[in-house]
Amino acid sequence: MFKSMVEQLGEFVIEACASTGRIMQLFTATVKSIPKASGREIIRQMAKLGADSLPIVTMTIMCTGMVLAVQTAKEFVRFGAANSVGGIVAIAMGRELAPILTGVVVAGRIGAAIAAEIGTMKVTEQIDALRVMATSPISYLVAPRFIAIALMLPVLIVYSNVVGSIGGWLVATNYADISSYVYIESIKTFAEPWDMIGGMIKGIFFGGIIAIIGCHKGLNAKQGAEGVGLATTASVVLSIILIFASNYFLSVILFVQGG
Amino acid sequence: MTQPIIQFKDVSKAFGPKVILDKVNFTITPGETVAVIGPSGTGKSTVLKLLIGLLAPDSGDIIIKGHSVIDYTEDQWNELRKSMGMVFQYSALFDFLDVGENVAFGLRQHTNKSEAEIQKIVSELLISVGLDGAEKSYPAELSGGMKKRVSLARAIALKPEIIYYDEPTAGLDPIMAGNISELILQTKRKLGVTSLLVTHDMASAFLAADRILLLDKGHFVFQGTVQETKDSTNPLVQRFIRGELYMEKSKGGGK
Repeated sequence: MFKSMVEQLGEFVIEACASTGRIMQLFTATVKSIPKASGREIIRQMAKLGADSLPIVTMTIMCTGMVLAVQTAKEFVRFGAANSVGGIVAIAMGRELAPILTGVVVAGRIGAAIAAEIGTMKVTEQIDALRVMATSPISYLVAPRFIAIALMLPVLIVYSNVVGSIGGWLVATNYADISSYVYIESIKTFAEPWDMIGGMIKGIFFGGIIAIIGCHKGLNAKQGAEGVGLATTASVVLSIILIFASNYFLSVILFVQGG
Repeated sequence: MTQPIIQFKDVSKAFGPKVILDKVNFTITPGETVAVIGPSGTGKSTVLKLLIGLLAPDSGDIIIKGHSVIDYTEDQWNELRKSMGMVFQYSALFDFLDVGENVAFGLRQHTNKSEAEIQKIVSELLISVGLDGAEKSYPAELSGGMKKRVSLARAIALKPEIIYYDEPTAGLDPIMAGNISELILQTKRKLGVTSLLVTHDMASAFLAADRILLLDKGHFVFQGTVQETKDSTNPLVQRFIRGELYMEKSKGGGK
């Protein structure tokens, strides 16, 4: 019993190390393939990413901005700090909530779609067909998605900042009777450009994680529909874990040491 | 004697404890069409995957166009693959591209031809496989036979020297299977290509092949011309032609 548990733990550790190695190999090969990536495919992926993500990002971030204002506005007004609400919402959005939530939403929406698409190509021999036609699946499939998501996620994060602040403004002005002037001045006073730029830098890393994990899981999908389903789920779970883990270190580097 | 274009020298391949190919030898001369027949699960597709660089052998040597490909890098394989085409068992058409884009794929990736030239070639290729005007259809809208024909058009778009066919008639009705076999024969005549046909459809092998090899339990147990195959007294060959070996394997859990 004890041996079996130790064996299982050992197998898990070995598989985790091997998987990390394969992900790093894919990342290195992808970075090397960037010059060969088709511009047309990158733009197609960027357009798809934007169109697919906008509605869900808008909903998620708008509600988060509103909740943030609900939780802070009345308390801040009670302590005579109404002129801090806009700044709190903008800083929290810029540094943490917009990058993390946009990253998680894109991991669920786009990362899953990538793993399913590439996983289906794997199990229907389309990946083999690409290789047989002297085309590297990494430069044709992975590199354009990697570039597209790493470029588009920061743009989506800027959009999220705006939407989140609008959500906060709606609640602050209607629920806590804070005037628009005070809310906007508060943002101007407390928030700095670096809050948003730092969040955008996080977005580049999160985008890279989502693309590489989605492609890795898709390329390693096992045979059949079940294999594609498992690859899709595993891609979302691993991407979200890595986004949260890397967010801690990025926050320390960007806002504690850097700020 | 003509130098072989493809040569297997004592090639072995195992997946875990299961030995698929055990010191296999064979050669194919330029322009020849060879059919590899055998029951499912005996390694016919493995032979193709070794020849196209999707798998590496455990031991032995594979010589293609006079060069050993055992230690080829992916870049060297890609150079070689430009002179090869493959028709996959389930067609493996890119489902995010339409038929025209599928056929044009190799031309767009590996040539500097203008869009007008590419469109002209695609149109001619589709006419040659009997799918005139199907450029804008997507693979999901096509029948199995149509997919196989598009797959053939895609495989020959770059005018390869060697074409591999993996079960090209599997899952098709006898008439469509006959049409595909006829197309294989026409392709050989028109382009003078060397072809390796993996199949367990004897009618297709008899129609399209110059020579037939029977693979069983990791070895080639018979090779000969179509007539020699028909006349063979080898019990395995006769049982396979009549379908008995296949039935027996199926009962034992084969495909």
